[in-house]
Amino acid sequence: MAAPAPPRTGVAGEDEPGSTTGTVRTVRAGVAAALLGVALLAGLTAAVSLGSVDIPVGEVWSVVGRRLTGGAAEPGSRDLIVWQLRAPRALLAAIVGAGLGLVGAAVQALVRNPLADPYLLGISSGASLGAVAAVVLGTGAGSAVGFGASGAAFAGALAAFALVWTMARRGGGFSPLRLVLAGVGIGQFLSGFTSYLVLQAGDEQRTRGVLFWLMGSLSGAQWSQLAIPAGAVALGLLVLQARARALNALLMGDETAAGLGVDVVRLRRELFVVTSLLTGVLVAVSGAIGFVGLLVPHACRLVVGGDHRRLLPLSALAGAVLLVAVDTVARTALDNQEVPIGVVTALIGAPALLYLLDRRLER
Amino acid sequence: MMRIAVDAVSVTLSGRSILSGIHLVAEEGEIAGLIGPNGSGKSTLLRTVYRHLKPQSGRVLLADRDVRELAPAEAARHLAALPQERGSDFEFTVREVVAMGRSPYQRAFAGESAQDRTAVTDALAQVGLAGHERRSFAALSGGERQRVLLARAFAQQPDVLVLDEPTNHLDVQHQVELLALLRAQRRTTLISLHDLNAAASLCDRLHVLHQGTVVASGKPRDVLTPDLLAEVFGVRAVVVDHPLTGDPLIAFDHRSPVGTAPLS
Repeated sequence: MAAPAPPRTGVAGEDEPGSTTGTVRTVRAGVAAALLGVALLAGLTAAVSLGSVDIPVGEVWSVVGRRLTGGAAEPGSRDLIVWQLRAPRALLAAIVGAGLGLVGAAVQALVRNPLADPYLLGISSGASLGAVAAVVLGTGAGSAVGFGASGAAFAGALAAFALVWTMARRGGGFSPLRLVLAGVGIGQFLSGFTSYLVLQAGDEQRTRGVLFWLMGSLSGAQWSQLAIPAGAVALGLLVLQARARALNALLMGDETAAGLGVDVVRLRRELFVVTSLLTGVLVAVSGAIGFVGLLVPHACRLVVGGDHRRLLPLSALAGAVLLVAVDTVARTALDNQEVPIGVVTALIGAPALLYLLDRRLER
Repeated sequence: MMRIAVDAVSVTLSGRSILSGIHLVAEEGEIAGLIGPNGSGKSTLLRTVYRHLKPQSGRVLLADRDVRELAPAEAARHLAALPQERGSDFEFTVREVVAMGRSPYQRAFAGESAQDRTAVTDALAQVGLAGHERRSFAALSGGERQRVLLARAFAQQPDVLVLDEPTNHLDVQHQVELLALLRAQRRTTLISLHDLNAAASLCDRLHVLHQGTVVASGKPRDVLTPDLLAEVFGVRAVVVDHPLTGDPLIAFDHRSPVGTAPLS
């Protein structure tokens, strides 16, 4: 991460006088946000610049500048590559990464477990089943990225959400244990159907389409696809940020939160709805890209601590930076072949997670 | 400061009656203790008071208002709770935990006001943790954690404090420290305690809970009789004056059980 990890303990002598000490993590969060903002710009530039044809950074920005000021497309393939192919993909990576980081942090608070991720509650399994069904059974035939498959993915996410909701609400109130049990159980159940459908995908093209959803991919990103996920992530950040203090209280326990004036059942219900819808939208545009939602909030907590007022926006920003970088690697690591992005996030994410967990246990 | 009263409260959980027709009170500035054997309903009653549980019937009155009719944040400005939960291992500093006590006063997206900062600083000073703001809450010892959580409740600047067995799992020194802190507050307090001698020493008034009903209320000296201790707690004991403090001192007979109370 961008800033050094916080000291785990301090002694009385090295602390500043009482009323100002809360600022240390705030300053660190500001520095981290600034560095990540710069990293995001640099990452987006690199993502558009690098590829099978490398385009100089200056040319990237001149194309972007001309397009943004309403200038016409200059004839020539570079404008096409920059503006039509790479720019929307890089932006989609940033949007999806931001969404995954944000949802990860929120779900971890929802079930009060730092090892939760956006896919824990079964929503992505529903989305995958919907998309795979569309690809295999033909409504999305021929094009795995058409609206058919995305629409089916979102419909599947909503169906999974309804099932998990029905099971988790029993016993008076979306307790973390009920949510996790219902989510994991229904997720596994739906994955069973997905596996069956994958076996039915006879020809190679359909198998590829299926893999797209199961491993996640940002290929095929288009400008027209960006508005919905971008709006959803922005709205999600706003809604969650408004509840940041309640999320903090929730981590201390349900009874503590109730004593602090939080309506716990209502908060869990709202969190479940917001994170599910957002997960549904993200998976519908990019498939289920693993590890980002688990890893990013975890890493951000090491830098700015557990306060959601800082954690939520920083997780979104860090998620965006990470996924832009990872997608660039996935596109360019091998000649003439793209590595599925889920493979790259797993190869980077699993060791990083083990490192973070090891640090936690060391304390 | 305010008075808090529990008026004819009955609570049923999963079809089982836990509390029935509870009446009790902590007058303004008074420390009222809640004692009773395991399973007598102390925690359930306190959870109802701080609005984690909803009673089937009856009311909890803060001054003269039903806490259920107050907005959650308004109720939390008057009444602070210290449940038995001891926090999580998420990465909060001591100051961040204490500052959570200010959330009932804060609007979404707003930062800390000067008043918030003063309240947090004062609360930390009261529990003797000034200068420890930046330490990790998860890395504290049990006694320190409990002091931080108490400071969180103080930072709420409540009229009424509700505490559920706050001395549990603390060693004797930390128990005595914590009770001294509460005594020094002179705030309306409703507290459940396992240690009857601690309750006898701390509380102005005791309510004895047995099988979901209040079986005795009054000054510790009047309530804690050998007969009641035998009947409710199933122990033989005498009550004498503490040689140092003059408080009622219950000396248990650890040799001869009276027989356990019948299961409900």
